[in-house]
Amino acid sequence: MEYDTIAAISTPMGEGAIAIVRLSGEQAVTIADSIYKGKQSLCDVTTHTIHYGKLMDPATDEAVEEVMMSVMRAPRTFTREDVVEINCHGGLVSVNRVLQLVLREGARLAEPGEFTKRAFLNGRIDLSQAEAVMDLIRAKTDRAMNVALNQMEGRLSKLVSSLRQTLLETIAHVEVNIDYPEYDAEEMTHQLLQEKLHEVKNEVATLLTTAQQGKILREGLSTAIIGRPNVGKSSLMNALVQENKAIVTDVAGTTRDVIEEYVNVRGVPLRLVDTAGIRETEDIVERIGVEKSRKVLKEADLILLVLNNNERLTQEDENLLAAVKGLNAIIIINKTDLESHIDRDRLQQLSDNHPIITVSLLQEEGVDRLEEGIAKLFFAGGMEAQDMTYVSNSRHIALLQQASGSIEEALHGIEASLPIDMIQIDITRAWEILGEIVGDTVSESLIDQLFSQFCLGK
Amino acid sequence: MGYEAGQFDVIVVGAGHAGVEAALASARMGAKTLCLTLNLDTIAYMPCNPSVGGPAKGIVVREVDALGGEMGRNIDKTHIQMRMLNTGKGPAVRALRAQADKYQYQNEMKRTMENTPNLTLRQGMAERLLMEDGKCRGVVTQTGAEYKANAVVLTTGTYLRGKIILGELSYESGPNNMQPSVNLSYHLQELGFEMVRFKTGTPPRVNSKTIDYSVTEIQPGDDVPRAFSYETTSYITEQLPCWLTYTSPETHELINGNLHRSPMYSGMIEGTGPRYCPSIEDKIVRFNDKPRHQIFLEPEGRSTEEVYVQGLSTSLPEDVQRKILASIPGLEKAELMRAGYAIEYDAIVPTQLWPSLETKRVDGLFTAGQLNGTSGYEEAAGQGVMAGINAALKVQGKDPLILDRSEAYIGVLIDDLITKGTNEPYRLLTSRAEYRLLLRHDNADLRLTEKGYEIGLISQERYERFLEKKDQVTAEIERLEQVSIKPSEEVQALLEKANSSALKEPMSAATLLKRPEITYDVIAKIVPAPTNLDEVVAEQVEIQVKYAGYIDKQLAQVERMRKMENKKLPIDLDYNAINGLATEAKQKLLEVRPLSVGQASRVSGVNPADISILLIYLEQGKLAKLAQ
Repeated sequence: MEYDTIAAISTPMGEGAIAIVRLSGEQAVTIADSIYKGKQSLCDVTTHTIHYGKLMDPATDEAVEEVMMSVMRAPRTFTREDVVEINCHGGLVSVNRVLQLVLREGARLAEPGEFTKRAFLNGRIDLSQAEAVMDLIRAKTDRAMNVALNQMEGRLSKLVSSLRQTLLETIAHVEVNIDYPEYDAEEMTHQLLQEKLHEVKNEVATLLTTAQQGKILREGLSTAIIGRPNVGKSSLMNALVQENKAIVTDVAGTTRDVIEEYVNVRGVPLRLVDTAGIRETEDIVERIGVEKSRKVLKEADLILLVLNNNERLTQEDENLLAAVKGLNAIIIINKTDLESHIDRDRLQQLSDNHPIITVSLLQEEGVDRLEEGIAKLFFAGGMEAQDMTYVSNSRHIALLQQASGSIEEALHGIEASLPIDMIQIDITRAWEILGEIVGDTVSESLIDQLFSQFCLGK
Repeated sequence: MGYEAGQFDVIVVGAGHAGVEAALASARMGAKTLCLTLNLDTIAYMPCNPSVGGPAKGIVVREVDALGGEMGRNIDKTHIQMRMLNTGKGPAVRALRAQADKYQYQNEMKRTMENTPNLTLRQGMAERLLMEDGKCRGVVTQTGAEYKANAVVLTTGTYLRGKIILGELSYESGPNNMQPSVNLSYHLQELGFEMVRFKTGTPPRVNSKTIDYSVTEIQPGDDVPRAFSYETTSYITEQLPCWLTYTSPETHELINGNLHRSPMYSGMIEGTGPRYCPSIEDKIVRFNDKPRHQIFLEPEGRSTEEVYVQGLSTSLPEDVQRKILASIPGLEKAELMRAGYAIEYDAIVPTQLWPSLETKRVDGLFTAGQLNGTSGYEEAAGQGVMAGINAALKVQGKDPLILDRSEAYIGVLIDDLITKGTNEPYRLLTSRAEYRLLLRHDNADLRLTEKGYEIGLISQERYERFLEKKDQVTAEIERLEQVSIKPSEEVQALLEKANSSALKEPMSAATLLKRPEITYDVIAKIVPAPTNLDEVVAEQVEIQVKYAGYIDKQLAQVERMRKMENKKLPIDLDYNAINGLATEAKQKLLEVRPLSVGQASRVSGVNPADISILLIYLEQGKLAKLAQ
């Protein structure tokens, strides 16, 4: 186990221009190569060279990122193992995506200090550093134990434990058929097994879909405020932030110094970002073109499109309305304190059923309606924040994906009508992987289950 | 009072299933061996069920045989029926089980021992070890005979301070009213061994003539000839059936109504019993929603009318046992011949052993079988053969033979015992093996014959036969990988007949064999082997090709395990001096004293961080030495 391939983001968290995801271990090059598309396979390149190419998601075959890959073969590396460094664009989202990919392809998320530990174990670091590494490991464990304890009470833990119990009962059932072939327990058939596995697989899939929500809870809903110059974007931002960080004047294009702001709107965390339209004098569509702006908008989780109540809809407004079609957007008509010139019927036609909320930011009127609208939009579709189990940890996501993979293999085995004890190998694997989430893979529990579930003996 | 009674290389105390294997292995390896037993009439005695094998256990018998042990050969000569179990499942879990003629089994084993060179059989009760500078140098018997040797193997079964419990009655006794061994247990405690008290039980026996078989279901043996041993060439064809019946509601009422008289529930029994071998009263209390329990009627031999009532293990009083029997369909008029009983005995805590089964505390002393906390004849035989081999290797000044978890169920068994210990009599289950697919019935010879040959327990002739088989398997797999099958009319017809889909393009014979519905026979019809292959070779080829994907997966896991197993730990490591180890880990590691980082990782209470620290310490030690 000690020498499996590990991966981690090795540049500091935050907004740098580039970030590095580092892989170390026997499979480092193979894993990197499996998601890389460039002039030649990374497996064939000379050691200590750097290569430009694209990162591909093997599941969708889509290009994810432009990267530079540094390939360094053992032993002349930091860990004395094969090391690959993936240089990608900075920013939490993109670097996380790269990390997720390598984890899905078989790397394991490195524990704190693990690269250093390997460097030491492989004789790379001198003796004087040993104590420090030990302290690190010990400290990590204590912390991990605390985390584990906290999670024991968590919803994820409960859910995973109940999935494991289902799997364990199933395994015990298979085992009893094997170890006590004459015992009058119902024979575990392929069909019965298939039903159980589908059940578990669906639950794992549901958990995985919450991973996205979990990310939102952790990182905030990335929110773009767009609109023509001087429609009140900064005022809106200020109203939401309730702090005077952005500078607001009535001269178009005077907003500066706002990059990101986190706010909590009725339980929905918003990360107000990419407000190019606020900072630039021209609106986003004009500046980067309709096509490109669509792409930018698509990356936002929520778009707040601000219009001016006091003016008729312009071509720019209509372009913006067209650009947010099909996206999560709220249309805000600002300046209700002034006379209304906006064509409401035309707007209704163009609105694509996005909620329309009228406000007067100057008079601080209607902001609560907007907040309500945001909350409604986020919690729509039966989602209730309190009842959700969020999977937010990269390690958990990777483990859930692996578990799902094992169950998938078991299901393939059933389809190929392989013997039940072969299929069980993959089920046991899934059970073990899920155990890593809750920190329990003691095989003795199977024996316990066997004897508590069935009445056996001579 | 003592007198010098003889000098040997190895002394084996006990002649049960562990003792006979230990003594035979040691003697066959050339060590002058003494086998001491309480009673020469009970060599290889089966005090409980008259059967050998079953899932996991049957594979152990094959392993014992591949190492040159006797259990397989002996049961092949003396069974009354044999069956292959789990034939509807994968090859990894197939296992043989034989019903034994328990008397013939004993007689045959005794004869084999008597005819083995270097082996002395003697009746006598060992009471003490002869100790010299903390090393074991022989044994002293009840009659004062002092036998000297450089290694002693204790296989005392359930005899140590044995106590039979039968209803309100209890008395000191070995199994089946045999003489118990009391002083040896106290002596082991004096030497500092930690002991535990375990319990097991056996059901009543009834007279076959008084059973109404017409209301029971017949359980015949297989029609195909079967054998445990790779050496067996002649087969017993005349088999006896077993019979199946069930408990009735009346049985359950009777038991519930008499629980107050059960020593299990009155607190008379202090020993820990095995969960997998519960008494009938236990089953009815713990699984009270189960309307009926299976009862198998198993003949104890060809020359006796005694029938073993499997499923009815009990320590209820004799009068209740009689009523229970009468409540079971087919046994209404059955005559009780021997009552069931529970037995308590002393066992040593097995974490006090090295993987060689030598005790850590006393040099030259080995233990095997139920004394080590296991249950079952096969588990005993597996340990016995290993203890005998390692005792002989020790007196020959050679390194011990240790099987790892990927090589044999015997390896799993011993590693579990010495690393994790056990808090109930330990039984092997297939689920205890993480590499089950590698530890198959069919490949026990491929796994272990080489080792058996190296230590001198496998004859040259048998070894050559084995090599030939191995080569044939390899060659045939290679051929199947190379030969291509084209979608000719003839091929499609054969495939259709085998309920398989037609070929769209040519594929290798090996790929085609991977289809679940395609057997080796079908392949052989399409692309016949140059010479007609033996059935066992064909079987081996089919399994290895068909399940290659899964086998490779497990081999990759084994590879990872081996890396950690190869990181050796010094046996005198002072874990207390290692900074950062958790207190619990320190205690456990000091107790178990694992030989490798891999073994350390299986000690309960030792977590991954402790293992990382051990690895660092290991490296540090190495570096420190380099620095000197």
